[in-house]
Amino acid sequence: MAEAAVSFPLTTAREGQRRAAAREARIAWLLAAPALVLITLFIILPVVAVVVLGFTDFELGYDEFRFVGFENYAELLSDRGFRISLWNTMVYAASVTPFSILIGLGVALLIEGETRGRAFFRTVYFLPVASLLVAMATVWQYMLHPSIGPVNMVLAFFGIAGPNWLGSSDTVIPSLALIGIWQSAGFNMVLFLAGLTAIPRELYAAAEVDGARSGLDRFRLVTWPMLGPTTLFVVVISVINSVKVFETVKTLTEGGPNKASEVLLFTIYQEGFVYLRVGYASAMTVIFLAILVVLMFLQYRVLDRQVHYS
Amino acid sequence: MNGHSLSPARLLRFALLSFGVLIFAAPYIFMISTAGKSQSEIFSSSLSLIPQTWSYGANIAKAFTRVSMPALLLNGAIVCALILFFQVLVAIPCAYATAKLKFRAARAMMALVMLGLLVPIHATALPLYVAFDRLSVLNSYFALVAPFSISVFAIFLFLQFFRALPDDLIHAARLDGMSEASIVARVIVPNAWPAVTAFSIFSVVAHWNDLFWPLIVVTNQTYATPPLGLLYFRAAEAGDDYGALMAATLIITLPLVLAFLLAQKRFIEGITMTGLKG
Repeated sequence: MAEAAVSFPLTTAREGQRRAAAREARIAWLLAAPALVLITLFIILPVVAVVVLGFTDFELGYDEFRFVGFENYAELLSDRGFRISLWNTMVYAASVTPFSILIGLGVALLIEGETRGRAFFRTVYFLPVASLLVAMATVWQYMLHPSIGPVNMVLAFFGIAGPNWLGSSDTVIPSLALIGIWQSAGFNMVLFLAGLTAIPRELYAAAEVDGARSGLDRFRLVTWPMLGPTTLFVVVISVINSVKVFETVKTLTEGGPNKASEVLLFTIYQEGFVYLRVGYASAMTVIFLAILVVLMFLQYRVLDRQVHYS
Repeated sequence: MNGHSLSPARLLRFALLSFGVLIFAAPYIFMISTAGKSQSEIFSSSLSLIPQTWSYGANIAKAFTRVSMPALLLNGAIVCALILFFQVLVAIPCAYATAKLKFRAARAMMALVMLGLLVPIHATALPLYVAFDRLSVLNSYFALVAPFSISVFAIFLFLQFFRALPDDLIHAARLDGMSEASIVARVIVPNAWPAVTAFSIFSVVAHWNDLFWPLIVVTNQTYATPPLGLLYFRAAEAGDDYGALMAATLIITLPLVLAFLLAQKRFIEGITMTGLKG
């Protein structure tokens, strides 16, 4: 009897708890439902579709299509245009990444060491990040114009005959890379500035006590190792962003001259949305996605390391 | 570390920084200068920055007549505002549920978000385009906004922010008899304001500048966003009338640059905090 009297409120309490938990779960589902539906609709299903489409010969405008297995991928292997496009993307990424990082780091170090005008310098170097790239690319086109562009006029002043920057196949990728570096260095600078502020001052004092007298010694012994995680992170972000280059190419060169500036996203755009060869373009997209996955995987690894450092 | 005296090292630093500033600001300087020059002056190959004949009025007028600038800017504002509105509206409740409520899908939700971060619009564009084409919704605000109504990155960012909020805050609100919906609206959102501001800036900058998706789903000027409008303008000008072209770029670049100059600190915070997404 006494036992029952004790257990009765206990079970109702447990019952109540379970009900509260069930209610909480129900509300949680409700709150998360719109996001879940939209993620399924706009991310999961399209990614599945793009993989499936990559195995078909689907073309927009034709209702019928058939599965062709790995035919699209086989075609990609022998497609000279696609190979050029992959190569150009690599060259672009390999030029933009190191320079935008070196300039970003250099400017960050200079600004960090300076007490005056810091905000001004930071603003100017960051301005390109906040500007409309299509518009600024147009300005660069004017600046790099072979005859009336200021760049070649300055070169002519020193007696150098400037090249036809965006118009010749030898200089088009370097020119686009130049714009890419100009556009992204400020972003890297801000990331490095954040990394620099996080370095404890005492480390510099300690290094000095240990005999690191020159600025270069301090950089080598303290700054560079402490910036390690930031640097790795900036490298991965820069590579990912430069693999996604599209705006400048579409605005300025349309892949030309003579395919010399075809890059991955531009080729996908061209095949899929201009020639409407959706199946073939989907196979290209899968390759693009695979490259991103590898890079992002690296980024997660880097982020993991960053956590351990701090 | 002797920051106040003018040592040679400091002079060198100043010189380097100023030289860099000249190069980084050069496109802006030439944009403003060329927007005020007449066609003949531009082709006279002089390096003078100040226009001899003041042609700002003529060039800006040309920019306005060839393409409807107000419509472009308005489209940009509408699209960015709609995208941001839906992103925040969808992401906040989801992030709150995942961070603070117990339900079985919370872990799966995390995995989904991490996976979603891998997928840019470039990867989903083809099937979405085919679907939108079948539904005949191309050339509409819907087509421009819908794929971005969900931002897994927003969920990711808010999730981390919400986790840091103390549970007691929510318990207290529950004891006061608040519903979960009003807890989200009146307790969580006000506390998450820094994260929301940072995300807003990131989102607006990203979508104001985006060319890829508008280029795909919009084929007429009615729904063109600023970058797309500028492409149309370039096509109409055959890329030769640099005065008008620079005036157009100036008008289109100005809104975001002004916003940046007015709220630099927030901008830099927003873009770097969120830029980690890449």
